[in-house]
Order: sequence, then structure tokens, then C-alpha cells
Amino acid sequence: MATTSTTVPSAGPFLGSRSFLARLREGDEIARLVTLLFAASVVLITLLIVYELWQGSVLPRHKFGFAFLRTSVWDPNFDNFGALPFIFGTVVTSAVALFIAVPLGIGAAIFLAELAPARLSDALEFFIDLLAAVPSVIYGLLGIFIVVPVMRDVIQPALKNTLGFIPLFKGPAFGIGFLTAGIVLAIMVIPYIISVSREILLSVPRDQREAALALGSTRWESTWKVVVPFARTGIMGSIFLALARALGETMAVTMVIGNTPAIAASLFSPGDSIASVIANQFTEATGELYTQSLIELGLVLFLLTFILNGLARVLILVTSQRGSAHA
Amino acid sequence: MHASVRPAVSVNITPPVITGASRETAAPSEMRMTISKVNFWYGAKQTLFDISLGIATSKVTALIGPSGCGKSTLLRTLDRMHETVRNSRLEGQILLDGKNILDQDVTLLRRRVGMVFQRPNPFPKSIFENVAYGLRINGSKLPMGDAVEKSLRHAALWDEVKDHLHKSAYELSGGQQQRLCIARALAVEPEVLLLDEPCSALDPISTAKIEELLVQLKDLCTIVTVTHNMQQAARISDFTAFLLTGQLIEFSPTPQLFTKPTDARTEAYITGRFG
Repeated sequence: MATTSTTVPSAGPFLGSRSFLARLREGDEIARLVTLLFAASVVLITLLIVYELWQGSVLPRHKFGFAFLRTSVWDPNFDNFGALPFIFGTVVTSAVALFIAVPLGIGAAIFLAELAPARLSDALEFFIDLLAAVPSVIYGLLGIFIVVPVMRDVIQPALKNTLGFIPLFKGPAFGIGFLTAGIVLAIMVIPYIISVSREILLSVPRDQREAALALGSTRWESTWKVVVPFARTGIMGSIFLALARALGETMAVTMVIGNTPAIAASLFSPGDSIASVIANQFTEATGELYTQSLIELGLVLFLLTFILNGLARVLILVTSQRGSAHA
Repeated sequence: MHASVRPAVSVNITPPVITGASRETAAPSEMRMTISKVNFWYGAKQTLFDISLGIATSKVTALIGPSGCGKSTLLRTLDRMHETVRNSRLEGQILLDGKNILDQDVTLLRRRVGMVFQRPNPFPKSIFENVAYGLRINGSKLPMGDAVEKSLRHAALWDEVKDHLHKSAYELSGGQQQRLCIARALAVEPEVLLLDEPCSALDPISTAKIEELLVQLKDLCTIVTVTHNMQQAARISDFTAFLLTGQLIEFSPTPQLFTKPTDARTEAYITGRFG
């Protein structure tokens, strides 16, 4: 068509509309290229980040090899660097955060989408969106001034007295540490889970609810056995978003985790996370190896996020296949 | 499944309140449901006015009328599905086997009065699990496989799906999905099956299958179907109610309504002068 309109430039009354159509087609082509460029830039930026991190961590990669991932010593004075305590801290705090945030967030989303009056639901949604926009340093301050004292004086002693026989809840109650960091992270990621899950639940077709109700389901049965499973993939998506945020969160974690490169069975112990140690030590890192080791930590965090996301996707695939077949 | 708690069709049922136009309906003792002076409002807007009619046991009753006449609303009051809409209000009496459904536990009522919707709405589960859903929430102790097979046979779907019961229901065609929804509704052995324009989203061949099915299902339960298709009402129903702007204009045995309508508006509608 494009050739027709260009080779016959002035051929009668339909010319105007024809060349307009042709321009539209050219516009399509432009739009395609532009959007393709934008989409490609995402991949390009990702690859560039990996390249930079890879190039920036030549020294420790050559010196430590894979031992970097297995070593738990972090000693800048003797140029000895291992990432394990930070990987541990990142994974543990994120796990604690999801353990708390997932049930709370999904429960709240179910209430807002299914049970609350529409007006209340919309009003609360406004506050939830507001929470998601609070800068993380504010959550860190909240952690230092409220969560840490409460943990030290109330929650940790209580956990010790009741569940102290489990290694997770042993040891002195400092207030700071893995558990506190996990709780602050949970507070930070709950708004994401609620907000996304609520939208997903609200978008479940009305006829699914009606089908369940018409079979004599109670409202809760229709919600829990029909609406929530229907929305499962989207709810999982909200959890990934929360996980990604928890893994990479820097400021709030560094303010409450204790900044000690240690691996401990107890959630009460102080520790450190990858993002947190990079933020804390990068400006004062002396010597090439020290700086480059921090960069390699960045690479490790990148890979960790990549792997966990991949695992989560596999999980979705497996459960959704099971969902359509049996559940 | 509820056979033990189900009252037999008793003879002391309150006779239906019959409007002027509907004297030639079935005898009162054969009424499964009786609708008396039902008025209905969405917010401030009244959509049903003083509807009274009886639903004959083991017959097909069709509700016809132009869009917006209130036929779907009337159908949805029969299993109290109207209550899912905010700001709706119902006045009047609807009896099922002589007892007012408005005073009953709504989940128990809906197990006795099943519903099939306009668009096929299977759950995103396997064919088997779709049919088993109602049995599971009822805590049925029956062997699940037998019960599912029975319902699928009743819905004339068994032969088409028996070899892949664990495939997703979404892989079925639209007509098959609708028959699956009928099987799902039949699984809990309802006394009354309500169908809200069950064929409006289907092709002619699937429609014919479902029409044939509904006629066969009469032996199993009482059927009330809404349709905008007059030929369909004429083909499958024993009684037809014609509604217009929320009022019941005429309610008669189907052959009579389509051949000798008593109301001029019914005649105008069935001869295609409006609607």
C-alpha cells in the first residue's frame, strides 16, 4: 500500500485519504520501532549493569573465585572478603518479612476486596497507597525509635519465654537484628501486597462468585475456594514485588540490622545484608580489592534476585498446573 | 442427597395467587414454587410489580419478554441471588414446597434451587473438580467419582469428556462449558433449576443440545428458564409467562399463550410487533 500511494502521487479525489492511510501505516512502523527500542532498552540496561558489576569485580573474582560465596570472613584489614554473612542476612530478613507480610497483606486484601463496604475499601486504599510512598529512611527511623525498643523490651523477652527452646529465639535481646529488620521490611512491603492483591481480587469476574453462591456456598467459601484461587497468579505477582523490594531494601535495614557480618541461628542476633553493607562501607572502602569486593556483592545480590525470581516463577507454573487439574 | 430432608410434594400447599390472566395454570397441588405479590426495587427504581405465579413441579416454565422487562430479576429472586446486588429490596412471598424462601437459610435454599447463568462460567479447575465443587462444599460422603459421572450423564456431557476429566474446563467449547455448568448445578441434586438465558452465548447446534437436555431434565427437577427467544420458549416449555416493564401480562400453558393469547400486548409481542 505504501508503494501505491507514493508512486501515484496525484491521482484523483481519493488521494487525500489514501496518503493519510499510508502515513498512518508509516506511523505504525514508527510506533513499532520506538516501542521496540524502549523494550530493548530494558534488556540493554540490565546487561550493562551486569557487565559493569562483572568488570568492576575482577580482582576479588580472581583472588577468591567461588570461595567468595562460601566464605564467612569479612576482614578489610587483612584483605579477606567473603559474602556468605551478607547473603545469609539478605535471605533471612526477606524470608522473615514475607512470612509476616504475606498472610497479613493477603488477609487485608481479601477484607478490602470482598467484605468491606466499597466506600471504606476505597478510603483505606488511599492510605495504603500513601504508605507505599513513604521513603524508606522514615521506616528506618520508625524502626529505631519504635520497633527496636518494643522488640528489646516486650517481644523478644516474650518470644524467649515461650518459644525459647527453638534456636531461632535464643540469645540476648538487643532489639536490633535479623528479626527486627524482617519486621520493618514486612511493614514496608505489606502495602504492595495489599494494593496489588486487592486490585486482582476486585477484577475476578462477578460470574465466578455467583456460580459459587448459586451452589450454596457461603460468602467465605465463595471467597476462599473460588475467588482467591482464581486470583492466585496475580496474588503471587504481588508477593514477588514484595520480595524484590525486601531483597534490595537498603536504608531501613541498615538502620536496624546491627551491621555485623555474622551468621547466627538466632533471629535475635545482629547481622548485615548485602545492600546494607554496600551502602555502609562503599564510601570508606580503602584499596582496590575492598572496593571491588563490595561491587562483587552487588553482582551477588543481582544474581540472588534473579534466582529467587526464577524459582518463584517455577513455583507459579507448578501450582497453576496443579490448580487446573486437581485443586 | 437431600432427599431425606426434602419434604414430599405435599397436598396442603397454599394455592398460588393467580392474576386475572393466568387462570388456566396447573392445579395448585402440583406447584413446586409459588410467587405471590412480589415487588422489587433496585434502589428507588421499582422493577417488578405485584408478580404472582406458580412454578409447576417437573415442568419447564419459561419467562419471556423484551429486554429490561424484569424476567431475569424475577428469576434471580427465586434463589435470592438478587441479594448480591446492593440496595435491592424485595417485598412479597415466594414459597418453595410451601415454605417462604425469604425466611430460610440462604445457602441451604441455594442447594435446593440451582442456577445456570447466561454465559458459561466454569471455575478454572478440571472438568471433574467443577462438578465436584458443590458436593465438596456440602461435605458429601458419596463416592465422588460416581456422583460426578451421574451429573455429567444427566447433562449429556459424559461421552464427550469421560476420557479427559482432569483437563481444564476452559479447554471445552462454549456449549460444552454450559452443559458442564448444568452438570455442576445438578450435582447437588436441586429440586428446582433456574436458567438465565442459558443459550444466548451459544451457537445454534449447542443451543439445540441444551434445549433437548432441558426437556429431558424435567423428570429430575423443576425447571424455570428465562429466554429472549420466543421459539425456544415455544419448543421447550410447558408454561410461559410474558412480562412487560416489570408486570406479568400473561401466564398460560405454552401452546395456549402462543396460539390464543388473551392479552393484546402478548399477541403483539409474539407476532413480532415489538421487542
